[in-house]
Amino acid sequence: MAVGSVRVGPAASRSGLRLRELLDHERFLGPAFVTPALLLIALLVAYPFVMALYFALSNAQIGRPSEFVGLRNFVGLWQSDSFRQTFQNAFVFTGIAVAFKLVLGISLALLLNEQLWVKRLIRGAVLLPWVIPTALSTLGWWWMFNSLYSVVNWSGIALGLMDPPGPNWLGQKYYAMAAVIAVNVWRGLPFFAITLLAGLVSIPKELYEAAEADGASASARFWNITLPLLKPVLAVVVLFSTIFTFSDFNIVYVLTHGGPINSTHLFATLTRQIGLESGQIGQGAAISLYLFPVLVFVVFVQLRFVRRQVY
Amino acid sequence: MAVRRRPLRTKVLLHLAMLPFLAFAVFPFYHMTLTSLKTDRELYDRHAVPLLIRQGPTLEHYTKLLWETAFLTWTKNSLLVTGIATAVSVVIGTIAAYALARLKFPGVGTFGTGIFVTYLVPTSLLFLPLAQVVHWLGLADSKWALVVTYPTFLVPFCTWLLMGYFRTVPKEVEECAMVDGATRIQALMRIVLPMAIPGLICAALFAFTLSWNEFIYALTFTSSSDEITASVGVTSELIRGDIYFWGGLMAGAVLASVPIVILYVFFLDYYVSGLTAGAVK
Repeated sequence: MAVGSVRVGPAASRSGLRLRELLDHERFLGPAFVTPALLLIALLVAYPFVMALYFALSNAQIGRPSEFVGLRNFVGLWQSDSFRQTFQNAFVFTGIAVAFKLVLGISLALLLNEQLWVKRLIRGAVLLPWVIPTALSTLGWWWMFNSLYSVVNWSGIALGLMDPPGPNWLGQKYYAMAAVIAVNVWRGLPFFAITLLAGLVSIPKELYEAAEADGASASARFWNITLPLLKPVLAVVVLFSTIFTFSDFNIVYVLTHGGPINSTHLFATLTRQIGLESGQIGQGAAISLYLFPVLVFVVFVQLRFVRRQVY
Repeated sequence: MAVRRRPLRTKVLLHLAMLPFLAFAVFPFYHMTLTSLKTDRELYDRHAVPLLIRQGPTLEHYTKLLWETAFLTWTKNSLLVTGIATAVSVVIGTIAAYALARLKFPGVGTFGTGIFVTYLVPTSLLFLPLAQVVHWLGLADSKWALVVTYPTFLVPFCTWLLMGYFRTVPKEVEECAMVDGATRIQALMRIVLPMAIPGLICAALFAFTLSWNEFIYALTFTSSSDEITASVGVTSELIRGDIYFWGGLMAGAVLASVPIVILYVFFLDYYVSGLTAGAVK
């Protein structure tokens, strides 16, 4: 590749020359290159975050001046049934969904790592739920869980697994939670499987050959080679998934709107209901800030243990 | 390296084990598409088999969607927002990533950590105060609010992804060019960027996908039928009082996914590498 040599003609102005010299200077170019990103983050991430903190400590409502009320919002939340229910839901939802994604994700990654026949097609199909807009695919699930025409129940009855008419998925407490968890697992599984597959591929084949030569069984190879070497990738995937499952909004909003009787509300959907639909911005902001400790935890672990080699 | 050959029986068993996963992944889309092609009579016949079309496929739900709703406006909005937000974010992300991967200046480490932390901030943490900011900017109920706010999650992602790609371009190639008289900017434009093209494609694809799929900001910042995006339009405006709307709803969900599916079919490998980059690199 030819790089044309640059000659600054006599016509070039002094300031042009100065700028060119400056642009070659790392101490100038570096900050200049990060400024747009920095401004964006300062104005539309850091500043709104500070606003959220202020809102949470005030009695702000839509269209009314606000006053500082200290921690009253946070205390008040614990007296409301809907919040206590939401708090519990968030942990149940995240815990069960991440556990399922982890176990199914490892199994799927191990399968994908084998020599399969139509590899590309299979990969494409497996990744599909991750690519399609979640709000739209969740509409499809909403129809699949419809109380009258549920194809899930139809199949269950046809296979003899359910007694007709089958459960009213979105109308009963525990079934509704099971439904939103199922959709979250469906949507998040590709991320686990594909990322863990990348981790599997990077494990040296020689280790398996040596273990096999020593007579180690398939399960011994899995527990003693695969799992330990996969640990760093597993940690990252679980941490990522935890924060994004905990803060999920789309699936619950479309599928159940938090119902029946708050039994599937998560912090994000309750934030919207209290903060926007009822106009209690202060309370809404306080609810959304419950996502923050989880974020801090994930960031801390990531920076401390996982990305230590980078920075 | 010799690829370990498996006996045929094991291979068949492996494929059989794969089947439930494939069915789980694909069935919702199959069922959505099928529903969108059924006549209302068959759709609401409780004795019909829901897995098949018996009474001939029909396009009536699609024609209704296109000509009797604002679906085309919503799609146009989505394309506009996604296109601009993607272009802006890839440019900002590219220069920021280059600075992080290559340049030494005070505060580079802190900035890198800041980008990473922002990358992890979920949109549902900030939509409430951001709605206020959008209001102050005079962008309430405007698709431009989305053009302005989408880069907040696209730029950190693009920066993070591209940083990895820039690190794979050997420093020496760039230094050679600079010894030959090229300025740093020229070296970036003619040497580093061409070598990082797969990364740029990947960043653009993901930025496009993430903003096309974005829901909570679009739902919060826009509401009138002229300004909303396809996902919001389909989820909020196609659901009517009567219960006979499922065909149209599923047609909307299918059609609004088409742009992403087209990209996906052509660039599958980029999606696979981009998905793992965030976590593994």
